[in-house]
Amino acid sequence: MTPLDVFLQQIVNGLTIGMIYALIALGYTIVYGIAQLINFAHGEIFMVGAYFGLLAYTLIQLLPVGSVGFLFILPLIFLFVMTLTALLGVIVERFAYRPLREAPRLAPLITAIGVSFLLQNAVMILFGPADKRFPSLIEIHKLSFHHVTITNLQIMITGFSLILMLVLHTFIKYTRMGKAMRALADDREAACLMGINVNQIISIAFLIGSALAGAGGIMFGMYYNTINFHDGYLAGLKAFSAAVLGGIGNIPGAMVGGVLLGILEGMGAGYISSEWKNVFAFFILILILLFRPHGLLGSRVVKKV
Amino acid sequence: MKKLLTFSRFKNLAILLVFFIFPLIDRSPYHIDVMVSAGVFIILALGLNVIVGYAGILNLGYAALFACGAYLYAISNIHFHIPFWTGLFISGFGTALFGMLLAFPALRLSGDYLAIVTLGAGEIVRIILNNVDQVTGGPNGLLGIDHPTFFGLRFGVKSGPYYYLIFVMVILLVFFLKRLESSRLGRAWTAMREDELAASSMGVNLMWAKLTAFGIGGFIAGIAGCVFASKQGSISPDSFDFVVSVMVLAMVVLGGLGTIRGAITGALILSLLPEFLRGFEMYRMLFFGLAMILMMLFRPQGIFGEVRYKTRFSSGKKGRFSLTPEARKQ
Repeated sequence: MTPLDVFLQQIVNGLTIGMIYALIALGYTIVYGIAQLINFAHGEIFMVGAYFGLLAYTLIQLLPVGSVGFLFILPLIFLFVMTLTALLGVIVERFAYRPLREAPRLAPLITAIGVSFLLQNAVMILFGPADKRFPSLIEIHKLSFHHVTITNLQIMITGFSLILMLVLHTFIKYTRMGKAMRALADDREAACLMGINVNQIISIAFLIGSALAGAGGIMFGMYYNTINFHDGYLAGLKAFSAAVLGGIGNIPGAMVGGVLLGILEGMGAGYISSEWKNVFAFFILILILLFRPHGLLGSRVVKKV
Repeated sequence: MKKLLTFSRFKNLAILLVFFIFPLIDRSPYHIDVMVSAGVFIILALGLNVIVGYAGILNLGYAALFACGAYLYAISNIHFHIPFWTGLFISGFGTALFGMLLAFPALRLSGDYLAIVTLGAGEIVRIILNNVDQVTGGPNGLLGIDHPTFFGLRFGVKSGPYYYLIFVMVILLVFFLKRLESSRLGRAWTAMREDELAASSMGVNLMWAKLTAFGIGGFIAGIAGCVFASKQGSISPDSFDFVVSVMVLAMVVLGGLGTIRGAITGALILSLLPEFLRGFEMYRMLFFGLAMILMMLFRPQGIFGEVRYKTRFSSGKKGRFSLTPEARKQ
């Protein structure tokens, strides 16, 4: 393998996991942009999504379908999981965040931590504390270009993530609801005076973010083949970093940040050592923030008295 | 002339007395042990309260400072045989320095960006501790850290002496922090917390205010780390992960940001609650999470927090200007 091959291989691996980070990061960024709230339970929703995926897979196996049908069943699993996590996100918002909308800023942070504990332990009780095997769901084929290997799963993850992002972009940019979301992110009080239903839009933000996290959860499971109730914490942390990296509240920023973080991490793992890859990711994050305090794509907010 | 024994003084004295005689009445070593670990968290909460409560800087990596204090004492004790009391100074001042180093990004950033930097720094410290095996012992940590001695009295592994050590430390800290609160520096912090721009136009040196907040917060975390390491006799990176940072933050917020009583009460509640839930075993942390949510829903400003009211347009009541608690600016 030439150094270039190694480099390209790290890019491919980093891009795949970066796409998953980006999907989770989108949830952080949408919610932050609209409600100015760091939803610390978001990582757990991602984790729950992975477990819902496992549940869906187990349920489907009970049905009389051969392994042939999995290409058709896969969208079904995604739909099932995304609906459930979206619902979960809306419920969490309704009970843990909405009552605290006018409360001091750190209060929702504490309920978010409470929700994290709740979800983590609920999953641990229901599914057990050990690692769970997650099936790849599709048959893995390896494609090689020179010495760079790409699996069809990696292509699927990247492709599907891109589609989801495109759908989100279209929704935010071209629909009435998306316009309302942007208005709310710009100026809540003015949006309110224009007759926008704040509670409804915030619910929608949670719904979208959680659905994306659920999709990310299944893909994470398919890619790594094991899931654990602890997975939400580190993935959430990194996705949050990715959102900040791109400029929190900024949707293209979250995508760029996620992919960038994934690739940086891949590089760190490939060239330095896998134990240090997290240091690498966080170190780069701090450096970027030092030189661009508002993230890569975030706009500088001018303080007014 | 001031009255010497007002009701609030009497109340404080009574609380002190209860805590003073607690180990003499309840002789269960387990209970005292739990109280000692709660005590370490009280010290930590008091320290984080300086950064988050007084100065209004959201810090999500406080465990890094705690770890710094613990490892400073452990390393200096194991490799250089430095006794506990000297180690206390090394941990305190070393961690203060480290905290100020961490504060440098804080001088350029604010709000949630700063929070993520503290979070990243916390993770970096933990991973470094895990991987620099020669110095920190890696994931296994360090073993055989000396217990303190006090004028020939060996502290050993029993919890009693540590209980009183922490008891005295907390009293000293509360005295110190009370003074600090209303000092020039304390008032500068409050001004900065409420409005950075306004504070800086009134002549508050923001850089100095942030550095000292991290320095003093770090000093307190260092002391807590040192006591923790000497009590445990062994430390490993697991004791300093993100959950610890989050728990200490939860204690401070739950008690009421910026109040000493709040930090102490919050630390006591959150470190004792899991013990009371021990009967539920498997569902313990589930109930713990639920309890955290409920407590916050009923008192969003924290147990001892004050609510400041401000007239503003509220989205809750349609088309009416109403009195709503003001969201605290970070």
